[in-house]
Parts: sequence; structure tokens; C-alpha cells
Amino acid sequence: MIVYLLCFVLLLVGLYGVLTKRDLIKIILSIGILGYAVNLLLILFAYRKGSIYPILAKGKEVSQMVDPLPQALVLTSIVIELGTTAMLVALAIKLFEKYETFDITQIRRLKG
Amino acid sequence: MILPYYIIIPLLAAFLISLIAGKKDNWAVILSVIAVSALLILSLFSFISMKEETITYSMSAWSIPYGIVLVQDALTSFILVMVSIISFTSLIFSIQYIRHLSMDWKYYSLFMLLVTGMNGVIITGDFFNLYVFMEIALFSAFALVAYGSKAEEFEAAFKYAVMGSVSSFLILAGIAVTYSATSTLTMAKVAEVLPAVDKKVIFWIGGLFIAGFGLKAAAMPFHAWLPDAHSSAPAPISSMLSGVLIKALGIYVMLRIFYNVFNAPEVFMKIFLVLGTISIIVGVFLAIGQWDMKRLLAYHSISQIGYILLGMGIATPLGILGAIFHLFNHAIFKSLLFYNAGSVEMALGTRDLRKMGNLMKLLPTTSQTSLIASLSISGIPPFNGFFSKLIIIIAALQAGLPWYAVFAIIGSLLTLASFMKVQRYGFKGETVIDSSENKIGWRMNSAMITLAVLCILTSLMVVPGIKEVTLDPVVKVIADKTEYIQLVLGGMNGN
Repeated sequence: MIVYLLCFVLLLVGLYGVLTKRDLIKIILSIGILGYAVNLLLILFAYRKGSIYPILAKGKEVSQMVDPLPQALVLTSIVIELGTTAMLVALAIKLFEKYETFDITQIRRLKG
Repeated sequence: MILPYYIIIPLLAAFLISLIAGKKDNWAVILSVIAVSALLILSLFSFISMKEETITYSMSAWSIPYGIVLVQDALTSFILVMVSIISFTSLIFSIQYIRHLSMDWKYYSLFMLLVTGMNGVIITGDFFNLYVFMEIALFSAFALVAYGSKAEEFEAAFKYAVMGSVSSFLILAGIAVTYSATSTLTMAKVAEVLPAVDKKVIFWIGGLFIAGFGLKAAAMPFHAWLPDAHSSAPAPISSMLSGVLIKALGIYVMLRIFYNVFNAPEVFMKIFLVLGTISIIVGVFLAIGQWDMKRLLAYHSISQIGYILLGMGIATPLGILGAIFHLFNHAIFKSLLFYNAGSVEMALGTRDLRKMGNLMKLLPTTSQTSLIASLSISGIPPFNGFFSKLIIIIAALQAGLPWYAVFAIIGSLLTLASFMKVQRYGFKGETVIDSSENKIGWRMNSAMITLAVLCILTSLMVVPGIKEVTLDPVVKVIADKTEYIQLVLGGMNGN
């Protein structure tokens, strides 16, 4: 139970960062933390106590293995996260070129 | 099987464009027009021929508990037709509009990826596959919002990207909880297993999904990114985002999950009612104070999404009919209004309503079609917006929810007021303008005229006789709730 709670705390840390930080780079890092928390959640759901890695070799039984599907999902989601981070960093670079700051309180030409 | 072609055609077009397009955009235009017209023909054909049957397709022939399944029923085909119509007209409108910004093939490649993502989300029957296609659509949407390379556009795109990523992670967490509770990712299987598991799990999954997909649909407490992103994008992209993206990624998925998978739990229907009503009222109040034309339209998107959520929340067949009919109508008139805003911006170089004037003489087609669209969105008969709003209001009264009906009527009146402002200050304004900066070509005009004609034609969908073949099968899919399980799994066993 305690690991799920810690995982939830990690998710909240990421959310807190997105909501309160004023620096573009720190916001991007917080989104990264949020992503790690969700990936960790998937891996935790797959975990069973005392079981082994899910590779079917001689002498290994399926019933002793962890669930391999969430691990496959996490691989996909890590790749997607890489894309998101690259997109966000590219936008941050462009914003720095236009505004010459990373501070979001000074990047506000849009209003309403 | 035609199902995978909804994904293959636009994806292939996106890659072919990037391969064979040289410096100019001629090949990109030809390829993307071919791809989008093929999709339009395919979706119209399948919508007419399918009626009430459900067809499924297993990717790479892996059967259901192991593989990914694509599902097409009446609801899917209905939304696919909507996406195809709007993307076709948007593309025709783009040709001149984007050339005026730059001669670039990248726009068309991204546009086709956007269509791929939306079609994938609509047609898939698997939770994780839905997440992947949703990310494809969002990535291209972020890039297209920033396409004009101005400071404001990067700012809006960054805001949109942050909100989009947060909502995607919430959805992924929801999918993780679903998997841990049911040990499957296929929607039909999840629906089959879910009644047997602990009731509290539904609240976890439902909460995460409402937050995630609510952010995508921009319902009221989650709306902050929408006015920036939708008003900063190029006009044809604004119309794609406001017209279909928020519905395909937000409303459609919520309909599918909360009705077909969760069997429409009472508490979530209440949440839809409240979210919808707040969106209607607050969205329209924020819209009425705007002077930037595209920003005003973007706030109206929030308000109109509220009507769709209200219809969904009423949960009677009549309410659902109103919701899906309004979904279709809103796609048509809101896209048309964004085309109008785009052509005014191109001709005058401004979006400020106070700086516009005598547009009736300068841009006759734009002004006439904008009049039709304004009447339609404010709910004046005989245009389509009137019928869908009327159905939603009648459904609310029949379900014994008179206060929600009153709020819907107030929202409609305020919408009328704010579009009178657009017409009075914008199109019939007093500023005298002698000549326009750019001519509006026949392609842009024909896109606007097509949608203006559809504004009148789609109101025929409520006429008895036509209603039975167009809207009723769609309502049946949603109102039958977990019949979906038999339709999908039964079809699989037959193959």
C-alpha cells in the first residue's frame, strides 16, 4: 500500500510543479515527473511479490512471472513522453527567442 | 475490410507528402486533397450503407483478448462523416490561406497527421490504442497552432501543450487503473468485466477520465487553454480544432466510455449536467465582452460544448438525440464562422471588430455566409442550430429538469446578443474601408458556401423519414448502453 501512496505523492509533486513554477524549464521538468509517476503506477500494477522477469525460457513457469503487458505499455508511453518533451523544449526555445526570458509572468501578450 | 483505411489513407498521405514534395507545395496540395476526398467518400458510403450493423476488424489477425480491435458502428460513422466534411472544406480553404503565409508542404503533412489521429481515436476499440492516436492528433495540433511563428502563437501553443500533456497523463493513469481492475484493455471486454468488480473502482476511473477528457473537450473548469490556442492558430486550423478536435477527443470518447463501457452511472450524468450548464452560462458571458473576433468565437465553443454536455447528461434518448445533433451542427456553423474570421483577417489585416466596416460591399460572400452562420449558432429557425437547441430544451423539460432548460434558453439569448454585436460592429461597422489588402479567391469562397448550404440542409435531419436513417441509429448505439458488448464480441465470434 505504501508504494502506491508514494507513487501518488510523486504525481502530486509533478502537478504542484506544473501549477506553481514560473520558469518554463521547471514546468517542462515537472511534466516529466508527472509522466514518471504515471509510468511507475503502471509498473506497480504489474508487479507481483516474489515473481520473476517475464521471459519464457526453459524451466520458467508463466505463473511465476510479472505481468508483461504494462511493461510494453510503459515503453510506448516513454516514447510518447520523449516526443512531448522535445515539442515543449522546442517551443520554449522559440519563446526565448521572441521574449528573451523564461519567466511566464513576462510572457503574457495573450489576455482574457 | 475498409476499417483500417480510415487510418492508412491519411497516414500514407502524410509520409508521401514529406517524401515527394519539393520546395513548392503543389504535390502536397494534390496528395492531401486526394486523401481527404477519399476519406469523405469512404465515410459517407459506409454511413449510408451500414445503418445499424456493427463491424469489427482485428489488427494483424490477433483475436480479441490479445490484439487491438477496430470497431465501426453508427456512432463511429456519424463522427467520421463530420470529421471528413470539416477536414475537406478546411483543406480547400487552406490552399489560398496558407499560401498567403508561406509556400510550405509541412502544413499539409501535419494536417494529414491531425486527421489520422482523430480517425484513429474515433475508430479504435482499445483503451491504450486510443491514447496513442490521441497523442498523434495532439502533437500535430500543437505544431499547427504555432504554425504562424509569431510570439503569441508560440505562447498559445506552449500553454496548450502543457495542458494537453497533463490531461494525457491523467487519462493514462485512468487507463492504468482500468487495466489493474479488469486485466484487459479492449473496451467491450472492460464493459463485460466491470459490473463484477468493486463499485468504488468506477469512481476512480470515471474521475480521472472526466478530468482528462474534460480538459480535451474544454468544459468549463478546464477551459483556460482553449481561447488562446483556438484564436492564435491559422483560421482553417482553428476551425479544425474548434469544429472537430475537441469533439472527437473529448465528447465522442466520453460518450463511448461513459455510456457504452460504464453503462451511464447516475452520478456521472449529474456531473455532465452541472458542467454543461456552467459552461453554457460562463462561456457566453466571457464571449460577449470580447472584441477580437476569433477569441469571441473560441469562447462560444466552450458555451456550445456546454449544450452537448447538457444533452449527454439528460441521458434520455431525446437528450442524446439533441446532443449528437448539436455536435454535428456546431461543427458546421463554428467552422464556417472561423472561415469568415480568417477571410476577414486576410482581407483587412485585423481581427478587431471595431476596426471593421462596410464588409457587405468588400466581401459579399463572407458577409452573407457569416449572417447564415450567426443566425444558425444563435438558434433562429429554419437553420440547424434552432432544432438541436430546441430538442435539448424539450428533453430537459420532459426529464423534469426545468431549471437546466431555463439556463439553456438564457445562454441562447446571450449568444444571439453577442452575434448581433459581431454583425453590427464587424460586418456592418461604421469604419469606412476603401479596398482590401488581399482578394478572397474562389476556393475560400466555395468552402464557405458549401458549409452555409449545409447549415440549412442539415436541419432536414430532424424531418421524419430522414431522421430514421441518419440520427436514430446513432442514438440507438448510445442509448442501448452496454449492448455494445454483444455487438462487438458477438461479431468477433462470428468471424
